[in-house]
Amino acid sequence: MSAELIVHRAGPGVSVQDTGRPGFLGFGLSRGGAVDPLALAEGAALLGQPGDCAALELAGMGGEFEATADIRIALTGAPMAARLDGARLAWNASHDVPAGSRLSIGAVEAGYYGYLHVGGGIDTPERLGARGVHLAAGIGDVIAAGTRLPLGDDARPERTGLTFDPAPRFAGGEVRIVESLQTDFFTNEERARFEATTFHRDARGNRMGVAARPEGEGFHSTEGLSVLSEVITPGDIQVTGDGTPFVLLAECQTTGGYPRIGTVIPADLPIVAQAPAGAALRFRFVSLAAAVEAEGKARAARDALPRSLRPLVRRPEDIPDLLAYQLISGVTDGRPETGDDT
Amino acid sequence: MNGSAWPLIRTVGIDGMLVSFGDRLSEPANRAALALRDALERAAPDGVEETSTSLVSTYLRFDPLRVPHETMRAALEDLLATRDWFDAELPHGRRLWRIPTVFGTELAPQLEEAAQAAGLSADEAIRSISEAQVRVQTIGFAPGQPYLGELPEAWDIPRQTDLTPRVPVGALTVAIRQLVLFSVSTPTGWRHVGQTAFRLFRPEDEAPFLLRPGDEVRFDPVARETYERLKDDPDGGATSERLA
Repeated sequence: MSAELIVHRAGPGVSVQDTGRPGFLGFGLSRGGAVDPLALAEGAALLGQPGDCAALELAGMGGEFEATADIRIALTGAPMAARLDGARLAWNASHDVPAGSRLSIGAVEAGYYGYLHVGGGIDTPERLGARGVHLAAGIGDVIAAGTRLPLGDDARPERTGLTFDPAPRFAGGEVRIVESLQTDFFTNEERARFEATTFHRDARGNRMGVAARPEGEGFHSTEGLSVLSEVITPGDIQVTGDGTPFVLLAECQTTGGYPRIGTVIPADLPIVAQAPAGAALRFRFVSLAAAVEAEGKARAARDALPRSLRPLVRRPEDIPDLLAYQLISGVTDGRPETGDDT
Repeated sequence: MNGSAWPLIRTVGIDGMLVSFGDRLSEPANRAALALRDALERAAPDGVEETSTSLVSTYLRFDPLRVPHETMRAALEDLLATRDWFDAELPHGRRLWRIPTVFGTELAPQLEEAAQAAGLSADEAIRSISEAQVRVQTIGFAPGQPYLGELPEAWDIPRQTDLTPRVPVGALTVAIRQLVLFSVSTPTGWRHVGQTAFRLFRPEDEAPFLLRPGDEVRFDPVARETYERLKDDPDGGATSERLA
């Protein structure tokens, strides 16, 4: 009998996510998957498992969980208040969760999307080749209290107690954008004003996209509202009829008729996805060459995550029974923790 | 020839290229886009990871760290030079679908408003849409969701400035001489003129997507009572046959 994760309580936006299902764009189905793919990769690195393992994405609020066997977890993305049987757990770290103990994850403390990863990944059935829930397409749904999630076999159950320093992306900031197919539907003046404007992430937003409310007037294309529907990809900044830009995320539609002023580069898209309501966002055009170079750097940084791990030193006051713990778990098996990941 | 501007190659984000065969919908441009995608699927240039079509364009996604943009653009230019794409035939194996539709009523509350924008009475609007045998020009926006056309000139009406907060699954909507039949419940700027019980996307089925680009569709007017009776049938009373 393989392990299960019992969900006793869940926030309103908890869903199983992985790297999504590419290949169905021609059928109108976007790739989907985790809106912060970097957080997914961070969890995989912490647990030393493949990057396509499914995890729980926690939108703004976590929940209360219990495992039916001893398992490992990792917590990444937007930091949330996490406790195991009342003792505070470090975010951006991996931990042991003994069978029957209670893991509670509260509200987000910065950013928007937290991730709960488990050793072996969540093993719900694949649909159309992936486990990631696509809410907009109706493939799966958010997790309800009482759900029992099957877990995959954990290849490295002994390895926990690691941490790392995440790339900062939980408070808005400047994001790089490239010109895209419809950027020239906007005048040079309008593009310059777009770069000079400070936006605030609107409370409206979900896995499909978030509205960026400008300080000052909205933006308008020269083509009006009769533009032919054209392909959309995550990161596209669509300007709707009232002039408000929407930045499209993992679960976006595949085509759309509102003109797009530019596209947020993949390396910076987690900054938009993770911006909490009200956070300031700025957009800056970069050349395509600079964007490709940034993508190379982002991938190199992601590939280097396993080498950036270090032992988590627990604060003594957080440990209810000091003697029951290995102070630095996860390195006691004598294997090096760096550079040994697939 | 169709003028020197087309086909036009543009970049999409950092990892996409789009070949457009026009800036407005035309049947030759639509056929060209479908044929180019077919050619890319049969013999893709190195590095192509996924393709799709929109109304008059073919999209491809690739990894720019593996294949530089210049290389991909050159490969596309070579492929484009091999034939006159505007002259391509429609895809094979097309079907004609007949989908029972309630026009107007509180199920489709924007019929009057859309008819007015098109300069028609509500009855004329119903006749005009239901007598048009429209073609699936592309599948997009949401899973299995068709853009259909082309409707008579009168229907060249813009989308609404404000979004309708939510149309239901099966909503038939209109703008810019096209119909969209919604496969999901979503906000939209298209006007909701009819309601069907047809499910376009069935993720639990072996064949989850029903319509294909090139298929033709007629929206047959039915009374509300008929629709209520068809609501529990995933086909919503729709039938299909092979087109010759």
